[in-house]
Amino acid sequence: MSALAHVGQAGGGGPTDPAPAQERAGRSWLPYLLLLPGALWLFVFFVIPLLQLFTVSLQSQFPGYPGYYYRDVNFSNYLRALTDFAPQFGRSLLFAGLATFFAFCLAYPLAYAMAFKAGRWRNVMLIAVIAPFFTSFILRTVAWRQILADEGPVASTLNALHLLPGGHITETWAAVVAGLTYNFLPFMVLPIYASLERADHRVIEAGGDLYANGFTTFRTVTLPMSMPGVIAGTLLTFIPAAGDYVNADLLGADNTKMVGNVIESQFFRVLGGFPVAAALSFTLMALILAMVFVYVRRFGTEELL
Amino acid sequence: MIRRLQNRFAIIVAVLVLLYLFLPVAYTFVFSFNNYRKSNIVWNPQGSPTLKHWQDPCGAPGVCDALVTSLEIGVIATLVATVLGTLLAFALVRHRFVGRSASNVLVFVPMATPEIVLGASLLTIFVQGFSRVGLGLGFWTITIAHIMFCVSFVVVTVKARLQSLDPRIEEAAQDLYAGPSATFWRVTFPLVLPGIVGAALLAFSLSFDDFIITNFVSGNETTFPKFVYVSYLRGIPAQANVIGFSMFVIALTLVIVGQLVGNARRSSK
Repeated sequence: MSALAHVGQAGGGGPTDPAPAQERAGRSWLPYLLLLPGALWLFVFFVIPLLQLFTVSLQSQFPGYPGYYYRDVNFSNYLRALTDFAPQFGRSLLFAGLATFFAFCLAYPLAYAMAFKAGRWRNVMLIAVIAPFFTSFILRTVAWRQILADEGPVASTLNALHLLPGGHITETWAAVVAGLTYNFLPFMVLPIYASLERADHRVIEAGGDLYANGFTTFRTVTLPMSMPGVIAGTLLTFIPAAGDYVNADLLGADNTKMVGNVIESQFFRVLGGFPVAAALSFTLMALILAMVFVYVRRFGTEELL
Repeated sequence: MIRRLQNRFAIIVAVLVLLYLFLPVAYTFVFSFNNYRKSNIVWNPQGSPTLKHWQDPCGAPGVCDALVTSLEIGVIATLVATVLGTLLAFALVRHRFVGRSASNVLVFVPMATPEIVLGASLLTIFVQGFSRVGLGLGFWTITIAHIMFCVSFVVVTVKARLQSLDPRIEEAAQDLYAGPSATFWRVTFPLVLPGIVGAALLAFSLSFDDFIITNFVSGNETTFPKFVYVSYLRGIPAQANVIGFSMFVIALTLVIVGQLVGNARRSSK
């Protein structure tokens, strides 16, 4: 237990951490040397592009010359982004939220079984969770289109039983949410599994010893102990799902387009769409970062990293 | 009795979820044997299953070029990102310095940014600044972008390994009169190596499978995921299924062999 506590502390990263034994006075330049190449790369190819995207989002168009912009401080792009494309924004948040919820419902029992019930099958199951990643995610999404297609097994069974109101699954929001749930499920499983595995099993047994029934033990002991994993998992599922456009493109229809589809088509297919696309990207990012920081404030950063 | 049922229930749900995860992979595999006419979407019972796509995996125009491009980008991006990320992880775990928490944020935020925003922002600098220096959209802009988003994942993986090391092992080495460089190369580095290898595998699979960022910065260059996406409208050739499933088998074999080697080493000690 004390070793565990020590590891936890090493990860705590607060300002009160004692300096590690390796550090010697007079080598204070060493961390900066280690840091420099990677930090420089991230600065040049992450921070600067974001700043550039921000300036693009404020540009105005030369009147009469579509596709030509000048530097400006024009917030109307944001207004257009939020008013013209409000439905797509709402859909992104809604679909990503639903996918995150369904992924949680599927991932928790799997992670629970892996951590507590799998025994020597644990590593096999862990590999099995990661393995589908090794087939291209576009190929897997196309496979879902085949599985859910009208003549495919799911839709034809449901239609034969008259359980499918519209007659289709593809080209509906249900297919898009199903695709999002599927594609980001492993991102939910792995952190929940990691936090359950790290949990002290004796504490859970103690719940049983103290006459709590299975459900009470789960609700008051197991679930709270796995919260860091649940938080990390929801973020790792929600963020890519909210920005995704491949699922909406391959599985959905025009009335299921998400904000990612709008950004993509404004950049590539609409002449003069750059500033609005940039404003949309920035709004999406600001929304997500705000969400992340609320989470991080509430639950501490290092658990996420 | 209820306890038993509870035990079984978790296992049954887990197995069902795993089957669900594998269902599209199985579909990809089965449709690699389809003797289709126009597009490989509906199973054609006449002449199926056929091995012809497996006998000629490069038969569809462009599919093997795209695969080679993806492999080349994957290898370069993995090597660079693993080196940069490992150095960063050592700095962040082993040292306390001014700017440490800012660096942590710099590493974390790219992972919390949707891919489409990363792709869009890189596109704006690549079209506005880089074409003037003679770097048009293509192979190198894709590689630069892949290195950027892989670095953070490498840092996180190596960091986790570094943090779980027992500091007493290194202290013991120093008590036994190992100098700092001997301690590092003969004790610390071998202990961290599995984490670095894992990070490299993760970086490669992220790079190899990336579509959204790649699509923004690729210009006319075609990677394997982009090939599949672009050919979707005309119908994806079954050769893509052959290659996709083969990559799955190769990666799975590597992971399993790695696990077995790790287990054998551990038990021989």
